[in-house]
Amino acid sequence: MILSIASGKGGTGKTSVAVNLALSVGNVQLLDCDVEEPNAHLLLHPNLQKTEPVYSLIPLVNEELCSHCGECSKFCQYNAIFATSEKILVFPELCHSCGGCALVCPKKAITWEKHRIGALKFGLAEGLDLVYGELEIGKPMAVPVIKAVKKQIREGENVILDSPPGTSCPFVETVKGSDFCVLVTEPTPFGLHDLKIAVEVLRRIVVPFGVVVNRAGIGDKNVYDYCIEENIRILLEIPYQRRIAELYSRGVPFSLEMSEWEEKFKELYSEIRRAVSR
Amino acid sequence: MKQLTILSGKGGTGKTSITAAFAVLAKNAVVADCDVDAPDLHMLLHPEVIETKEFKGSKVAVIDETKCVSCGVCKEKCIFEAITNDLKVDAVACEGCGVCKVVCPVNAITLAERVSGSAYISKTKYGFMSHAMLYPGESNSGKLVTLVRQNAKILAEKEKRDLIIIDGSPGIGCPVIASITGVDAALVVTEPTLSGIHDLERVLKLLDHFNVVPFVCVNMYDINTENTNKIMSFCKENGIDVVGIIPFSSEVTQAMVNGKTIVEYSPESSVAEEITTMWRKLYLSLKSSDS
Repeated sequence: MILSIASGKGGTGKTSVAVNLALSVGNVQLLDCDVEEPNAHLLLHPNLQKTEPVYSLIPLVNEELCSHCGECSKFCQYNAIFATSEKILVFPELCHSCGGCALVCPKKAITWEKHRIGALKFGLAEGLDLVYGELEIGKPMAVPVIKAVKKQIREGENVILDSPPGTSCPFVETVKGSDFCVLVTEPTPFGLHDLKIAVEVLRRIVVPFGVVVNRAGIGDKNVYDYCIEENIRILLEIPYQRRIAELYSRGVPFSLEMSEWEEKFKELYSEIRRAVSR
Repeated sequence: MKQLTILSGKGGTGKTSITAAFAVLAKNAVVADCDVDAPDLHMLLHPEVIETKEFKGSKVAVIDETKCVSCGVCKEKCIFEAITNDLKVDAVACEGCGVCKVVCPVNAITLAERVSGSAYISKTKYGFMSHAMLYPGESNSGKLVTLVRQNAKILAEKEKRDLIIIDGSPGIGCPVIASITGVDAALVVTEPTLSGIHDLERVLKLLDHFNVVPFVCVNMYDINTENTNKIMSFCKENGIDVVGIIPFSSEVTQAMVNGKTIVEYSPESSVAEEITTMWRKLYLSLKSSDS
């Protein structure tokens, strides 16, 4: 089963839920897809096994063949290649690697070169397999790094994906193809507002989902009313406790110190399994 | 005109609550909500929308089924896997590159303008606001951020405001980069957790990469004072000004539930006082720099 943990609003506790769930269930492959700010390793302190670079492909123009006709730059929707009468300029940060410029070039002057945009890191911690991606600083496009992380998915195993916050492309790229998505929210106006947007996206791309309410007890009751109205299952509530916040701040998954939570996370996983197999 | 962006790296550290308080304290600023895929600032500032514009950030492939001969070349050449097995366009996956259009042997594919969101110009009790909403599942948030900033700039010029306060999004990718290019300074709101520190360091490197002057604020500092001290000494070593240290308080959530900024809801609270002091420091620094 591929299970993704997402939220809309940042800082609601996605990584905390993903890590505690993975530890409680055991024998899990955990993939941190928040490649802009990966944090799961800060709770798991893994033994790093290896690091691999992640590249995107960008056009490489053979100036000897190029006739400076400008077809490539006319074609490019992202303004990533610009033709002057003397030179062709490529802007790697804007390129989506679609391959169109090479297709339209009448002189076949364009091939591909690798452009480093990030890294994949592989680690082992507490019997878990952790893979996380790291977008290189200054590179704008997270999606190709997320794709590289997701290529590591071992089909047929228990896979948990930790999604980046927000509801646009990095979130969509992470959760698409999941058997189920847990949306972690907090019972506040911000939490609810961003939850609603995430719900709309999941309905649009047809991924089944349920909600975990973190920091229950703060804020108001509107998240609960919304979930009832929309017929969305609340799978688990994690109360606001200063101890949980303090453990998190030190990089300690709270289920390791508060053993009653191991059972609750196991039960959460079983419930999701039942929902998926129905 | 000066521009200040509020960032965090890690989500949920308090960017928006602090930006909203600044909007109240600033009196003469235009506020821009550049967290376009999860915008929350409007829930504290209650803007009245004056003008709405469609955001057309990209294109999407459209297949004319009367012309299509189902050869499947489009599907084969699409690196975004945006053509389904039954040769329909998956609009969420499509990035509008146009490769399918070029390779189609019967010219059955066109590129259509795609409306990916709305951009708003609004009025609040405290001045003008530029904000937007990216439609669920749409991409190109970076371009929409740029549009929100352009709108804010036009507003500031027209209304003779000397400052633009920008609420950024979490992370370090395209929407964040679009929200910091060319600004005078950025305030990074962090929290004393290992994740907060890790993400702070990455955002500071990003700011350095784009030559933006950084300031730091430690929110909820008393969750872990040891980590707060680590952040303080890290910033000191790197010559970065820590302009605010804010205690944890449930009043911030209460203010949010009541749809108010903390400086309106509980002006006497230590959180409000600390934010006010921080604002004065930032404002003075911005005014004294003449870049």
